[in-house]
Amino acid sequence: MIKVEGLTKRYARTVAVDNISFEVEKGQIVGFLGPNGAGKTTTMRVLTCFLPPTSGTATVAGFDVVENPMEVKKRIGYLPETPPVYPEMEVIEYLKFVGQLKGISSADINKKVSEVIGRCSLGDVSKKLIGKLSKGYRQRVGLAQAIIHNPDVLILDEPTSGLDPKQIIEIRDLLKQLSGDHTIILSTHILTEVEQSCERVIIISQGKLVAIDSVSNLTNRLRGSESVVLEVEAVNGSPNPGDVQGRLESVSGVSRVVLKDSKNGKLAFEIESLQGRIIRSELARTVVNSGWNLSELRAVGLSLEDIFLELTSTEKKKAAPVEAATQENDGGKK
Amino acid sequence: MKSTLLICFKEFKGYFVSPIGYAVLALFGLIFGITFSTTVSQMASLGLRAQMMGQQQPMSVNEMVIRPMLGFAGTIVLFLIPMITMRLIAEEKRNGTIELLLTSPIEDIEIILGKWLAAVLLYLCVLGMSALSIGMLFLWGKPDLKPVLVAYLGLLLQGGCLLAIGTFVSTTTKNQIVAGGVTFFFSLGLYLLNYYTEFATGAFWQVLNYLSIVTHMDNFSKGVIDSKDVIFYFSMMFFFLFLTSRSMESLRWRS
Repeated sequence: MIKVEGLTKRYARTVAVDNISFEVEKGQIVGFLGPNGAGKTTTMRVLTCFLPPTSGTATVAGFDVVENPMEVKKRIGYLPETPPVYPEMEVIEYLKFVGQLKGISSADINKKVSEVIGRCSLGDVSKKLIGKLSKGYRQRVGLAQAIIHNPDVLILDEPTSGLDPKQIIEIRDLLKQLSGDHTIILSTHILTEVEQSCERVIIISQGKLVAIDSVSNLTNRLRGSESVVLEVEAVNGSPNPGDVQGRLESVSGVSRVVLKDSKNGKLAFEIESLQGRIIRSELARTVVNSGWNLSELRAVGLSLEDIFLELTSTEKKKAAPVEAATQENDGGKK
Repeated sequence: MKSTLLICFKEFKGYFVSPIGYAVLALFGLIFGITFSTTVSQMASLGLRAQMMGQQQPMSVNEMVIRPMLGFAGTIVLFLIPMITMRLIAEEKRNGTIELLLTSPIEDIEIILGKWLAAVLLYLCVLGMSALSIGMLFLWGKPDLKPVLVAYLGLLLQGGCLLAIGTFVSTTTKNQIVAGGVTFFFSLGLYLLNYYTEFATGAFWQVLNYLSIVTHMDNFSKGVIDSKDVIFYFSMMFFFLFLTSRSMESLRWRS
């Protein structure tokens, strides 16, 4: 459905996108990941015919973005980073305008508008001025605008930014609904988002393609060791930390045990496994068999987050990826 | 064509959702109205005085009120046109809605024409305000209609040019105020060009004089349609709308 070959986009002094190639098949949801300034938005803008590529080609549904932009534009719904809304228009009025702009005939327009209002749950605000809406609603109006003409390809630049958790889940569900007959590319730096809604991930960093694979493959490929946090309850100084540590180290597959905390009668350990070993069940059995109280056991394991960090920071250790990642640490791990 | 009208109506409506449309109309109505009433009363007192002195001067409403008033209208709009055009594309750029327009299946030229037509429509409304006053002269007097219509045609053509210039300037910046200011100096410059070069001789100055948009208004305000002037106005409009489309295209390459 989407085919990008050797795409390069150069601005006056900087190379925003450097020789990227990828393909997206019909009906797939693809996550576009990268730290700030990696070239996600630029790539999307090329695909939507907003910017011409410096070199290389991009085709959408078989039409080249440079040679046949009209055909491409007809088949694309695009939600830019800031929703392109007119603050002085009412929601209904705006959606009608956009719908007609996208070529919906005036006979169909009312039906399509009410359909999309229902889909994006905008019913309560349909008569309000867009300028008076909250950021979340405005984002949804932006999304409604992108899907109103039922395009084959949806390109969404950070569709969930500024939404509250409930709205994020709603948008995610909406995307899942749409994914059957629409091809969706969405960019984000919220990694849980990609893990939950995308089938494939394209990771770019500093304009270069770093990885393109399915989510599970990526995690497998990069999974080094598993790391686990384990907490044992201690009453009156027993068991003693050294004992527990020793016992845990003897479990097969464990490479390292570190005592992290021993407050309030709880001993917290961080345990790392050897390459490719799953050790949680074995650890639990050991603790319980020793007659101790196991109060917590959880895998900190490698998430997409770590993969992302690893991939994007191997090239050059810069501030940008770290910054993007620290943001994720708050929201990503729950 | 359909998209052009769509954008035109959206834009025209936009003028009256924001205060701009009302401000332009009110400002023009106020200035024109005051000047009109003083001009008419001056003419009346002049006529009265002439009668008292027993002079039988032939007096023409066309010459004494309509022509100077429409000339004056042409001057006021120089200042109002930047207010009309400044938001056209600058605001789309600031809001990010330009991305919506440029990724929709419509041609750049349809966007530009739609916007320009909306500006022309508002400008027609402004001229309509003056027609209210001028129309009253027809109720109580017998002015000649044809030169009035020709003068309005001239005003429309001159306005179309200035609006095209304003639209062009609006594509070059994100800032409405800058767009308005630059357009203002542009139209002021064209206006002054007429002053500076009116009596100058030499090919260079004559070319400058010819380029002044106001020069070509003269014939129209006398009630004369000269094809030279019409062609001038149309080519100016075409030229600046063409520049606008190039400038829109460059947005894609530069942004």
